[in-house]
Amino acid sequence: MKATPLSNCERRFLLRAVQEKKRLDGRQCYDYRNIRVSFGADRGCCIVDLGRTRVLAQVSCELVPPKPSRPTEGVLFFNLELSPMAAPGLEPGRQSELLVSLNRLLERCLRDSKCIDTESLCVVAGEKVWQIRLDMHLLNHDGNITDAASIAGIVALCHFRRPDVSVQGEEVTVYTPEERDPVPLSIHHMPICVSFAFFHQGTYLLVDPTEREERVMDGLLVIAMNKHHEICTIQSSGVVMLLQDQILRCSKIAAVKVAEITELIQKALENDQKARKEGGKFGFAESIPNQRITAFKMESAAVDTNDVEEQAGEIIAKADPPSEVIANPVLHTPGTAQIGEGIESSWGDLEESEKEEAAEEEGESEAAAFECEKVETEDTSTVRKTKSDEPIVLSDSEEEEVVILEPQELPRKTRTQTSSKQENPSKKAFNKRRRKKRTSR
Amino acid sequence: AGGGAYWVDSQQKRYVPVKGDHVIGIVTAKAGDVFRLDVGGSEPASLSYLAFEGATKRNRPNVQVGDLIYGQFVVANKDMEPEMVCIDSSGKSSGMGIIGQDGFLFKVSLGLIRKLLAPKCEIIQELSQLYPFELVLGMNGRIWVKAKTVQQTLIIVNILEACEYMTAEQRKQALAKLSGN
Repeated sequence: MKATPLSNCERRFLLRAVQEKKRLDGRQCYDYRNIRVSFGADRGCCIVDLGRTRVLAQVSCELVPPKPSRPTEGVLFFNLELSPMAAPGLEPGRQSELLVSLNRLLERCLRDSKCIDTESLCVVAGEKVWQIRLDMHLLNHDGNITDAASIAGIVALCHFRRPDVSVQGEEVTVYTPEERDPVPLSIHHMPICVSFAFFHQGTYLLVDPTEREERVMDGLLVIAMNKHHEICTIQSSGVVMLLQDQILRCSKIAAVKVAEITELIQKALENDQKARKEGGKFGFAESIPNQRITAFKMESAAVDTNDVEEQAGEIIAKADPPSEVIANPVLHTPGTAQIGEGIESSWGDLEESEKEEAAEEEGESEAAAFECEKVETEDTSTVRKTKSDEPIVLSDSEEEEVVILEPQELPRKTRTQTSSKQENPSKKAFNKRRRKKRTSR
Repeated sequence: AGGGAYWVDSQQKRYVPVKGDHVIGIVTAKAGDVFRLDVGGSEPASLSYLAFEGATKRNRPNVQVGDLIYGQFVVANKDMEPEMVCIDSSGKSSGMGIIGQDGFLFKVSLGLIRKLLAPKCEIIQELSQLYPFELVLGMNGRIWVKAKTVQQTLIIVNILEACEYMTAEQRKQALAKLSGN
């Protein structure tokens, strides 16, 4: 089945988010997802959850003849399998590039680092040695398979117990678990892979990329390190060119992360050991109690919401005030209507009423309000103080015939009928505009 | 008097194309006169370039591979490849067409989409009190969101994804914390 294609808007959004140092699940740039280690009832079986990426690892052993070139060493065999169960884009065939590169990296990390003492796996030199086989299956793909698989591998190897063996002359006795307790493998150190994803030609760096982030990354750097700060494997892939100080910085970050992860692994192993010793319940059935199919559960993601309101407020403050839109024409008299704003009339005082109808700008209307009110109200006094860009106020000496239009008050009946009709709709519209402007502040 | 027809609500994540459903598709290929869209079903859907409002043979819509399209199915059965259009029966687009360049696309379960599309959905109303945003819901489980900043978009994405698992009380608490923040 083909994988869901990545749309342009997702790619653009993810790259923009990386530039702003924001990740989809609210992590910081150097944060790992939650790691959970759970053990099965069998020795050497474990499942590691890295966020939603899940890997199952199982270790098994067998007595085999050794390799002719190395007669005193045991044989190690590592295998990682990808299946369509993990992601729809993964085919079950062997040719996949991703599969080959993952397997190669894990082999280098676990075999070439000599973390397992192969000499101790020898039973009879040249004839019988232990073959340790580590099988890993990817159960869910949400990015960073390398890290999850490396953790699962080393945890399973530490958890595993092989049967005890005694050699008497030519006779080799393999004891069953009931006869003698199985013996742990001899492990020198725990190499753990840490993945770094690079974006924007190496400018931005994210640790532990998710599947979406992996799709838009330019390059990937994997450093396998143990807690003694020894680098076991380092691999860079993709189209990004890395500088020396970038790699050094990544190795320092990897040292910190590996220390944390190693501690977590030790604690998980101890807990399991304790549960087994005390006769308590252990195994997958116990350690994954909440994951029934009917349970609705999601891990809480910490999304940084600290400065969102300020940002939104800033945006609103800096934005231009919305321009006033007059939907209805103002009807002055039958046959005369006004739509939109007119410029201020340059006629004399006689045209005051038209001036106030024509004034659309806040400053102008407020000034007109001030002008036409002989009696001072509280509104206009505050208006006068707050408005600094008022147009020039004409003299407020008004003739007696001129009606003073108080806001919220009916016009006095000193005018003739026709002109009062004129004033009413304009005043109502004017008051409406004034009220609108008041609330928009 | 019962009608004899029942609606059985179910919960699933895998979408099966149904005629008349409005979905969000991702353009995967341009083949001659037809676009191939991935809608999350078993087969890619086809969309003719003439099925946009105002499109003629000379005036083709500007669609690139990887763009998002909101359209509806005119043919969707198990025997044929599904076909989509971006106009309704009267030739108007009525909100369908190419979705803008910014914003973010993510996937949720089909049940949540139906809940969000119900009239007077509480979740949408409560979210709109937070920040202004644009939202397109596809019946195939895909949601496209665009808000003013990346941060706001991420918050809305996370809340919608979490609405699957939150009760109404928990959601109200989470939103109260965000708006009071």
